Amino acid sequence: MALSAEDRALLRALWKKLGSNVGVYTTEALERTFLAFPATKTYFSHLDLSPGSAQVRAHGQKVADALSLAVERLDDLPRALSALSHLHARQLRVDPASFQLLGHCLLVTLARHYPGDFSPALQASLDKFLSHVISALASEYQ
Amino acid sequence: MGQIPGCKPGLEPQAQALRPDIMVHFTAEEKAAITSLWGKMNVEEAGGEALGRLLVVYPWTQRFFDNFGNLSSPSAILGNPKVKAHGKKVLTSFGDAIKNMDNLKTTFAKLSELHCDKLHVDPENFRLLGNVLVIILATHFGKEFTPEVQAAWQKLVSAVAIALGHKYH
Repeated sequence: MALSAEDRALLRALWKKLGSNVGVYTTEALERTFLAFPATKTYFSHLDLSPGSAQVRAHGQKVADALSLAVERLDDLPRALSALSHLHARQLRVDPASFQLLGHCLLVTLARHYPGDFSPALQASLDKFLSHVISALASEYQ
Repeated sequence: MGQIPGCKPGLEPQAQALRPDIMVHFTAEEKAAITSLWGKMNVEEAGGEALGRLLVVYPWTQRFFDNFGNLSSPSAILGNPKVKAHGKKVLTSFGDAIKNMDNLKTTFAKLSELHCDKLHVDPENFRLLGNVLVIILATHFGKEFTPEVQAAWQKLVSAVAIALGHKYH
């Protein structure tokens, strides 16, 4: 299902509210993913995964930057994310199912920090957006 | 999310489905994380919200609720009395799961038969609802819903989804 005008409006409003803190939430989402779905840690055996790890924070910021780019390029996601797709598919060889787990944990993180904003409509728009991002990320896989 | 072919949220517990003789084991900490939040929940409200959000975020799930009346918008869905009533039913039986965490397969045997043999619900929907419930817990409990607490609840919702889907195997 394509992103409607309402979806885009909700997403942009949320991203404006998150401001420069997107990296804080993506980092928390990573921490939640590692705890709730321990198999995902296999992709990070080269990193220090202890609580508060600077390396996890650095990776969280990379994820944040990619998502913020995606919010700016909603009409052109496959192209905007094609380099990242190639990286994750060919070099890192991350199972696309893992993106779903991280996406879910990002929803949980945002719900926890912005409960008043996290209406069913926003949840639906965010879920759709993340689905599109994940699709674009998986586009170079096969 | 959850509709890309081959992609399923919740990797590890899938392995459990291949060995139905292995019961999911919850540690004392996990049980405490689950029961302490459950004790503070308004099951009626949370149930309606969980089912309502499922129908809003994953609109194809409305197929199972054709006779529920007005599902035309998020506010119609969340305000719909049949959605609220059924949501309460669903979450109340979740409460049974929490009282029987060491024996979910038996606890859900009849409900599994109902959902699989009679209602023909794709088990993927049980996982979707479980994840929606986790999100609701995050909105209700905020700071208390730490990554550790979430991990315990993910284990539970995954185990419930597997127990409910057991009759398919």
